[in-house]
This record gives sequence, C-alpha cells and structure tokens, in this order.
Amino acid sequence: MQHENNISQVFSDYQKYMEDEQQIREEIRTVVRELEQTAREILTQLQSVHQTNGIKSVSSICDKCVPMFETVREKMASLNSKIPVNQYYRYNDQWRFSLQRLAFLSAYLTYLQSETLVTRESVAQIIGVKVDRQDGFHIDLDDYLMGLLQLASELSRLAVNAVTAGDYGRPMKIAKFVAELDSGFRLLNLKNDSLRKRFDGLKYDLKKVEEVVYDLTIRGLKPAE
Amino acid sequence: MSDRRRKRNRYDRADKSDRGGGTEDKKESDVDESSPVIQMFKCFQKQLDQRHDKYERIVKLNRDITIESKRAIFMLQRVTVAGDCSDIFQQVDEKLLAVEKTKFLEIAKEIEQEDPFQFLRAYSSGLQEYIEALSFNYFLKNNSLIKLEDVQARLSFKRESSEKTVDSASDGQVKDANPDIKDPIMDVKDTNLDNVKVTNTDGINCSEVPIEMDTTDSDLSVYIPNSEYILGVADLTGEMMRRAINSVGSGDLERPFEICSFLREIESAYSSLGNANREVNRKLHVLRQSLRKVETACYTLRVRGSEVPKHMLIDMISKTNINQYSMDDSVVTEDD
Repeated sequence: MQHENNISQVFSDYQKYMEDEQQIREEIRTVVRELEQTAREILTQLQSVHQTNGIKSVSSICDKCVPMFETVREKMASLNSKIPVNQYYRYNDQWRFSLQRLAFLSAYLTYLQSETLVTRESVAQIIGVKVDRQDGFHIDLDDYLMGLLQLASELSRLAVNAVTAGDYGRPMKIAKFVAELDSGFRLLNLKNDSLRKRFDGLKYDLKKVEEVVYDLTIRGLKPAE
Repeated sequence: MSDRRRKRNRYDRADKSDRGGGTEDKKESDVDESSPVIQMFKCFQKQLDQRHDKYERIVKLNRDITIESKRAIFMLQRVTVAGDCSDIFQQVDEKLLAVEKTKFLEIAKEIEQEDPFQFLRAYSSGLQEYIEALSFNYFLKNNSLIKLEDVQARLSFKRESSEKTVDSASDGQVKDANPDIKDPIMDVKDTNLDNVKVTNTDGINCSEVPIEMDTTDSDLSVYIPNSEYILGVADLTGEMMRRAINSVGSGDLERPFEICSFLREIESAYSSLGNANREVNRKLHVLRQSLRKVETACYTLRVRGSEVPKHMLIDMISKTNINQYSMDDSVVTEDD
C-alpha cells in the first residue's frame, strides 16, 4: 500500500519529536532543581534579617549573599545552554517559578542594600540573564513583576519585625517604598491571570505597613526626619 | 488560615473608606509622577498592553480560521462520486488558500520576531482545525496522509517580489505538463500567485523601499509544532468516519473499505506511541470509536452487500451505527 510508509514515517517522526522533548525537559529539570536549591540557600540567608540582631547587621548579611548569586549565574548559563534557540516559551513553565523567586531575591537584596527598587535590567544582571528575548535567555516582564510583588509581602513582614527590634525608622521608609510600588502597579492593565491575582494581594501588604506606621505615629515613636 | 481570611475581609471593607482618602493624599505628596519608579511602570504598562493586544488579535484570527476550516470540511463532506466534485474541490482549495493568505499570513506577521511558542496557545485550536481540513482535502484527492513538511510549506510565505517572476515561469510549466493532476500543492501555486501579486501591489511597498526588503528577507511563516500536526490528524479521523458512512449513501461502496484500512493504520500508529500526552490519549479514544463504526459498516457491506439493493443498504448501515453507539460504551469500558 502506498500510504503505509507515509503514515509510519509521520508517526516515527513524531515519536522522535516527543523523545527529544522529553530529553530536554529532563535536563532542564535537573538544572532548575539546582537553581531552586541555591535560591533557597539565599533566602535562608536573607531571612535572618528578621532576627532581632539581624536587623542591625543588614549590610553584612547582604555581603554574604552577594557571592551566592555567582552560583545562580553559573546555573543560569547552563540552563540557557539546554534550551534550543527560539523555544524559550515551549519550556518556560519549568523554570518560571524559580525565575520569579530569583527576581524576588535580587529585588530584596537590592532593597536591603540601597533601599531602591531594582530595575528589570539589574535583576537580569544579578541572576545572569538577558532582558530582551532577542538577546538570549531572558526574564519575562511578568516574572519580574511577580518578584516585585513577593518583595512587597516580604517587606511588610520586615516592617513589623523592625519595630520589634526597635528600629522605628525602617517602617517609615518601607511604607513609602511599598506605596510607590503600589501606585506603579496600579498603572498596569493586568489580565485575569496569576499576576493579577498576586497583585490583588498587594493592597493588604500596603495596608499592613500603613498600620505599623500608624501605630508608631500615634505613640509618638516616629523618629524625627 | 480561616482566621486570616476573616481578617482580610475586614480589611477589605475598611479598605474602601480608608484608601480613598489615603491615596489622594499621597498623590499630592509622595507619589511623584516623574519619579523613576512611576516612569518605569509606565514603560511596563506599554509593554504589557502591547503583548496583550497582540495576543487578542491572534485569538481573533484563530477564531476566523476555525470557522473557515469548519466550512471547508462541511463542503468536503458533500463531495460525491457521481457529482460535480471538481467544483467542490476547487472551492475548498480557494477557501483554504484564502485562509492561508489572509489569516495565517496575518498571524505570521504578528509573531514574526517572536518565539513561535509564546503565542501558540492563542492560535493552536485554529491551526488544528485547519490541518484537519487540509489533510481531509488531501486525503480525498490522493488517498494518503499529507506530510507535515507540506503543511508547513503552505504556511510559509515568501515576501520577495522577485519570487513572483520565478514562480510564474515554473507555474506555467507545471500547468502544461499535467493539467489534470490533482496535487493540491500544485493547485495552490496557481492561485497562490495571484494572491502574491495582489498583496504586492496594494500592500507592501517593496518597490519603494528596497532596503527594508533586505532586512526582512527571511520568510514569514507560522511554525507548526509536530504535536499540533498530530492532533490535527487525530481530528481528521472523525471526518473520515463520517465520510465513509456518507459515501455509502452516495453509492460509493469502495470508499468505506479504503477509509477503514487507512483508519486502522492510523490507529495502530497512534497506539504505538509511548508516553503520549493527555490530549492525544483523549483523541485516540475517539479515534477508536470512529474506527469501530467504520468497521461495522464495512462488515455490513460485505455480508449484506450482495443481497440487498443499495438504497436499503444505506438505511441498514446508518441503523447499525446507531446500535453501535450504545454498544460502544460498554465495549470501551471493558477495554479500559
């Protein structure tokens, strides 16, 4: 029969296609797991800021974290090498979460160091990826924004703990920062996706920080500026 | 957790009154329109809007493609042996071509500089439907399965104006050499050409800006992942089943057997796939049902074909298929 070979050809091609994909996914999974491990280590390190004595030694904690991002950059490079050209979005659900986490960590680190909002460019630089798709393995805008939203929750926690540790100045700065972040996010027209859901939580973070500021203010604990 | 939820609700209510005054204050004092953060977000806003708009445009095109492809399939179901099938084929060819040259070309332009997988979800269903129509058309003409490369070739568009002259020369030869051949690819080239001409004259000003041509020299195309193609082919089998039953109605008693063996091959090929994804498995299930119907129809044809006049046979086959429906379920569950 004439078309018999045709069909088996079509399907063996497909079988090969699937196997190749499986192979790549397997390799990506391995690298992503390592990335997550490193991210966890960095997070643990940064979490120690919340300790009473941690808040006084912010800069030394940050210094400890900076070299850890070197590992992240190495892993990113290896992840990049695993992905065929122009197929970022075919596999991107596999590293999406880790990338968001890393964006958060770099945003957190940057905030602790300089109390500024990290740009997408510097996030890309810190974790060793590109900003534009054309340039190679990049960080999606959504993932970066997701990282910023995670930062807001973390900061609202830090505001509370700062007060416990006796640092009354920090919550004021955090409040200003989160408020600005909030008004920034308000400019965005978000679709009904995960980013939007996360954004809906931002107002509660802001609320919490504002409450801390309120508590300090009515008790006259607000430091003179 | 529930505690927290309750708390949140309370905040929510308090929020409205609180926030209204709060944000207004801030707009005056804290939030500076020219602050770098706000500027940055304005930039993000643009980027996000652009991407969402693009996505929506593709979704619209996708819907159009689905509708047109469905229409083409319906037309093909009307093909009969005796009747004016060449007319229908021509119409279908034109329809498919129109879809390619308008809708798919638009999509190709939209995703030109993008990762082909980024927007795949927006047009995946239309693409599958289109593959179904195209492969059905191809099967009815050639009795075989269209290759992925051929489909891909139809969704790859050339932009060069020089292409026009080359094509018309070769096209003329093709036409002369075998005017009766029913190769859709050949047919396409015919009409293809006219369309290219049209777009060149009214749309892309390639004569005016030759430099731009060089930079965008690469071909436009809508990339078809192998998985999409396989899913499109799985849909095709349902149409084949319908075609097999209908062809008895139109007096073609050979078609069901051809289709039956074709379906069997496809079915065994699908079954041989290891670790197929869920969508494939779902379609494979439907494929098995279709195959069973066609097999029953073939059985009836063979057993009763010699003794019953044609018009009664049609009745019988449609009836056995109704019975088959109820039987199917029990059989399938047993299989599982």
